[in-house]
Amino acid sequence: MGLRRLENKKKHHFLVAVTILTSLLIISIVLGICIGSTSINIKEILGIIFYKIGITEKGTWTTGNENIIWLIRTPRALLAAVVGAGLAVSGASLQALLKNDLADPFTLGISSGASLGAVLSIGFGIFNTFGIFGIQVGGFLGAILAFTIVFYLSRRQGEISPTSLILAGIGTGYVFSGITSFITLVSSKKELAGQILSWTLGSLARADWRDLTIPSLVLIGTTIYLTLQSRNLNLIATNDEFASTLGLEVPTFRKRLFIIISLTVGVIVAVSGSIGFIGLIIPHIVRFFTGTNHKYLLPISLISGSIFLVWVDILARTVVSPAEVPAGVITSLLGGAFFLLLLWKKQTKAHK
Amino acid sequence: MEKTNKSTQITKLSARKVQWGVKGKKIIKNISIAITNQELIGLIGPNGSGKSSLLRLLYKYYTPKQGGVYIKGRDILSMSQKEVAQNIGVVLQEKEGLNDRTVYDIVLMGRSPHKGIFEKDTKEDQEIVLDALNRVHLTNKENRHFSTLSGGEKQRVLIAMAIAQETEMLILDEPTNHLDPRYQLEIMNLIKSLNIPTIVAIHDLNLASMFCDRLILLKDGHIFTEGTPQKVLTKKNIKDVYDVDVEIQKTKNNRISVVYLNSHNPPPML
Repeated sequence: MGLRRLENKKKHHFLVAVTILTSLLIISIVLGICIGSTSINIKEILGIIFYKIGITEKGTWTTGNENIIWLIRTPRALLAAVVGAGLAVSGASLQALLKNDLADPFTLGISSGASLGAVLSIGFGIFNTFGIFGIQVGGFLGAILAFTIVFYLSRRQGEISPTSLILAGIGTGYVFSGITSFITLVSSKKELAGQILSWTLGSLARADWRDLTIPSLVLIGTTIYLTLQSRNLNLIATNDEFASTLGLEVPTFRKRLFIIISLTVGVIVAVSGSIGFIGLIIPHIVRFFTGTNHKYLLPISLISGSIFLVWVDILARTVVSPAEVPAGVITSLLGGAFFLLLLWKKQTKAHK
Repeated sequence: MEKTNKSTQITKLSARKVQWGVKGKKIIKNISIAITNQELIGLIGPNGSGKSSLLRLLYKYYTPKQGGVYIKGRDILSMSQKEVAQNIGVVLQEKEGLNDRTVYDIVLMGRSPHKGIFEKDTKEDQEIVLDALNRVHLTNKENRHFSTLSGGEKQRVLIAMAIAQETEMLILDEPTNHLDPRYQLEIMNLIKSLNIPTIVAIHDLNLASMFCDRLILLKDGHIFTEGTPQKVLTKKNIKDVYDVDVEIQKTKNNRISVVYLNSHNPPPML
């Protein structure tokens, strides 16, 4: 039967795509570790990695090279992968929740909220009860606050208008960034002044192993939850009444998505600052191939987001080497242009 | 049509003294209805008389302020949205957010009320979807995008989705809206052929009289009258509810047809 063949073909294509993309991701991460201002040959790099994860014996390399590879480049490449994945998945679920394919944690001001939360926690230690996770907790609370404000500002009689959504997002983003800059500038903490660039522009330069734990755990949890809920994401992306007639408890699911997305964006921004537009670009391109079914869209977006940010970070480190450009500057350049292109496409479509 | 035996009639869906409104404005005022086996009920009434609101109360999109809605005797508020969706298939008037989906994906969504989060779509689900598409004659369009279909085809996709939902009842909100006469008849025939208890909100009084076993006529949030089309669609009722003069004619098959008389004065020329 034609249809069954097509559905199986889709599944087959999906598995092939996952395999290819995962291999690409592994290669990208290895290249991410290899490329840098100090050139170290690949044999030595692999030797160091295998030694560190306990597969082989210690070789003849210098401690300096070992530290560059294991304490700087490896966590950085892995963090790029985790952050890229998390942002792409958050973007895809935001777009479903808000029924708007221009939604993205950055354009909606959620990242700015998270930045503020993180800065408050460093500057005033208000989340010190949570120990080293204080920054992440601050990021999460800031994200959920900004998200809630944007959501209720753009909702009229149960309907979210796409225009007010984007405007509310941009406005909220500005207010939160303004407060963040203010606190950073007037704060007596030197630590903050040094980090202002990474909060506002988004950078992976300070990555270390400790930064990886929470975002990785959150990413795994989020991915499992969203994958299991892919049928419900397909429903909520249509319209609320339609979704509810097919058995979805819309208000409950919406709340859960709110928390999940804020958590992911919050902990990611806490370690990398607000790197924008990945949540916009990646799901858009992926949707072109997979269609709107979240069963395929989410996993492919996740891996693609990873690969994308690993390469953006490689670019960030090499383009003006030995200095570097914050990764967020590169994603803003690419993403901003992409966003304008989408707007223009929508306009021309509307005028036809 | 099959004659339903009185003794086997079970109330599938009922509303008892249900009231609903927004911001102090009463929109549904004390409505009681009951739907039994294999009836096709037409819900008629002017714009703003409460048809859509009443339907939304029946499929638990709105919660009654007073009174209750019952599915086979069970209070709908004690049921999850999923349980409601396992019992009632709904075809909405608004079709927002479906344009970039394929016909197959939309009809497959009809299976969601029967699926737990760990369950995959099975071969059986595929069969059910195919069968539903077959029943609405869209077998060769399963990979088309919804946005590329004609109005009549879109409506048939949503009915196929409701068929795939395998519910005991159906609710449709103005399914013939924006369709030309041929598609209007096609959709109504399709609904009739499903032979399950169905409520359909409908504007066209002739279609209502032609296809429905019973009509409920709403006016300002209450039931003005209900009964067979012959009983409900009288010159006087239509004048009282719609403020329109009509002539009622009997057709050959003992149905009635409503002819509108233009007794309104034309608007003044500008």
